[in-house]
Amino acid sequence: MKITDRINRVDGVEKINGTARYIEDIKFENLHYGRTLRSEISKGRIKCIKYPQLPENLWVIDANDTFINQVAMITTDMPIFADGYVNYKGEPIALIAGKDKNEIIRFMKNIEIEYEEEEGIFDFGSGDNIFSEQEYTKGDLETLEYDKVFEKSYSTGYQEQLYMEKQGLVGDFSDGRLIIYGSMQCPYYIKNALIHSTGLADHDIRVIQSETGGAFGGKEEYPSLLACQVAAASMKIGAPVRLIFDRREDIVFTTKRHPSKTLVKTYLKDHRIVGMEFDFGIDAGPYLGLSDVVLQRGILSLTGCYLIENLRVKGTTYKTNNIFTGAFRGFGAPQTLFALEQHMNQLANHLGYDPLEFRRPYFVKRGDISSTSGIYNEEIKLDEMADRLAEMAGYDKLKEEMGSYRGIGISFIPHGGGFTGDGEAEHIKSVVKLKKDTDKNIHILVSSVEMGQGAKTVLSKIVASVLDIEIDRIIYENPDTLLVPDSGPTVASRTTMVVGGLLYKAALRLKDSMESDVEIEIVENYKQPDYVKWDQENLRGNAYMSYSWSAVLAVVEVDPLTLEITCKDIYAVYDVGMPMDEKTFIGQVHGGIAQGLGYAMLEVMTTKDGLIEHNSFSSYTVPTIVDMPRMHTDWILNPYKEGPYGAKAAGELTLVGVAPAIASAVENAMDIEIKELPVTSENILKELLI
Amino acid sequence: MIVEFKLNGEDVKVETGLAMRLLDVIRNDFDLKGTKEGCAEGECGACIVFLDGMIVNSCMMPMNNVIGKEVVTIEGFSKTERYKEIEKAFMVEGAVQCGFCTPGMVMATEGLLKLGISLTEEDIKVGLSGNICRSTGYEAIYRAVRKLTQEVVLND
Repeated sequence: MKITDRINRVDGVEKINGTARYIEDIKFENLHYGRTLRSEISKGRIKCIKYPQLPENLWVIDANDTFINQVAMITTDMPIFADGYVNYKGEPIALIAGKDKNEIIRFMKNIEIEYEEEEGIFDFGSGDNIFSEQEYTKGDLETLEYDKVFEKSYSTGYQEQLYMEKQGLVGDFSDGRLIIYGSMQCPYYIKNALIHSTGLADHDIRVIQSETGGAFGGKEEYPSLLACQVAAASMKIGAPVRLIFDRREDIVFTTKRHPSKTLVKTYLKDHRIVGMEFDFGIDAGPYLGLSDVVLQRGILSLTGCYLIENLRVKGTTYKTNNIFTGAFRGFGAPQTLFALEQHMNQLANHLGYDPLEFRRPYFVKRGDISSTSGIYNEEIKLDEMADRLAEMAGYDKLKEEMGSYRGIGISFIPHGGGFTGDGEAEHIKSVVKLKKDTDKNIHILVSSVEMGQGAKTVLSKIVASVLDIEIDRIIYENPDTLLVPDSGPTVASRTTMVVGGLLYKAALRLKDSMESDVEIEIVENYKQPDYVKWDQENLRGNAYMSYSWSAVLAVVEVDPLTLEITCKDIYAVYDVGMPMDEKTFIGQVHGGIAQGLGYAMLEVMTTKDGLIEHNSFSSYTVPTIVDMPRMHTDWILNPYKEGPYGAKAAGELTLVGVAPAIASAVENAMDIEIKELPVTSENILKELLI
Repeated sequence: MIVEFKLNGEDVKVETGLAMRLLDVIRNDFDLKGTKEGCAEGECGACIVFLDGMIVNSCMMPMNNVIGKEVVTIEGFSKTERYKEIEKAFMVEGAVQCGFCTPGMVMATEGLLKLGISLTEEDIKVGLSGNICRSTGYEAIYRAVRKLTQEVVLND
């Protein structure tokens, strides 16, 4: 087959007819169920826990049952079970496990916990509750000559991944060996966390991904916590233990997108931007987890698609007693780029320019120096994308039609593919294997998971195209760490570009041996492109090996009476290098637009005393089919030489540009300034009353 | 107590409580795992089955309301000719990603198709608005269902 062929998903049929098996569908002998005992307060010491008489067939698993009571992610600051002290409402204290779910619930009703409560911190952005800080500069702001400063503050709220399949894992310990099954993005993150927490040897731990019903970052680091819990439980009981959240638990107590506050200051001379300053803060919750990495992607993106000569950027993670926040498609960029794009829009209005034409002179080009003083190495076609967008949408005509409750807004967004800087080479060190068996079928052996995004289809297609064989000769099972090498986590829009790139090279090496009758295994190790130079300490150099780009235009209408917002149209143009499979790529585009639209105007999530108030599908409203706008999408071709068949990152990019475009469109419709996400009728009313 | 009803064409009996959810009975007592629990509050549609020919959220359906009635789940429906047309349209349009909402989406689609009338864009969208999909942005699902409504109505 060829990479340009139109194909159907390789995992479609069993998902449509309901035979695909997710963790809740899989049977285990002698299965025990776990339920989490959670803190009722946000901060304080646990004085004592009074358990009722423990029936013979129930178990309490807590900090005493762990070898090391830490969840190893990047840091190890989060305990598996709170040990005498709690830091947020809902923090796990113990797991109650048994074979009868009703008995577990009855037992848990009669547990009494006495606390010595302390005052929690629920606000962030000021004060001394700083977790971590990162800073960088470019050029020289100190001696800058300017005649005007334009300064605005922006904020964004929580967003919940709301994957349709809830968090769920099974731990099965027997004969000295531990197997974890379940819904996950990163089998080796889990394995590494278990090596740390259980004290078991590497070769006695095995992690097997089951069909995963959506993740969006929500199953990046969080399942490591659950895995450590079910491992401890199964090792204590000697039987498989399953932990599957109910929906309220899943919404309220798992990681969210970080709420953020951004101060943007632009220095102007003769109506031209001569320098910018950013101060970006996020609420990390009580444990750092991935927050410092999210912060980094956020601040490294902060100048977006624009060449800014003089720059000062500061980012801060704040420690609070709110729910801990983590990975979600976009990883810091949706927050910073909302701030930047709103700012660019408001600045254009302030100076009296058209928002599209105002941006153009600042578009970055190949050879320009990036915000982190690296050189853009690849062709950048932002002008061409802007032209295409304006043409598709009929920009000039649309503009004339707008006003009085109808508006348009635009955004231009970069997204760096793969890990930041030299992360792929220094931390991930991806390895892939390709095996030809004696029947001449090809096995893809990687730790990348299919979670809906189409990894199985796209990676299989890349390999089948290189080998010029039919795709049904490719076998790509859900990863099992016993069988697959560590090709890194399924995150950061890296699967097609990085893992696919390695498989592409492996397939090229295998190609000449396809006629051979013996089994052949090819191993391919990641090698950093020569041009990537990165100084992690000072955040200097090539922050990403390549960038994908989007240009988005939104058309909205606001009901004059109720101020209800309707997004009528989204026009979007993308540069993802070369899309590997059109249908899969467009699926990412439409799905990203839906999540971006939810982030922009529907998904309100607030807390009271540290507890999430929007705790169900009826109170946390994600887009349904009737909320969707008409979507007009296109892409330009701009092959990336290090990517397989020219592919770059695609998955996250599609979400990021939607919210700023919609927010700007509401500004345009209502002649107000939007500085907060999500944009709601209530927020519009507030602005109108000021 | 013993509840008798028809499940995927067969007369069945099950020892259960009248307040038990149909969803749990079909998943646990009959081991039919194609019907999924998404939200457990009747909002997401992942657990849709047919009850006497009408689509219902099985997470909101107590067994009391199932006595003597006919239930069809995705396992039963997937054996029909109509299902094959839906599967093909979903495959061709790319209407599946993570798959967790898909069996429910298929049942909701059949709920629309069996009306046997021509449907407007709004009819289709309102008809599918009880099914949440977090992955696809619904566009491919909409295209698949629109194509099916056109073909099925023409053929019937």
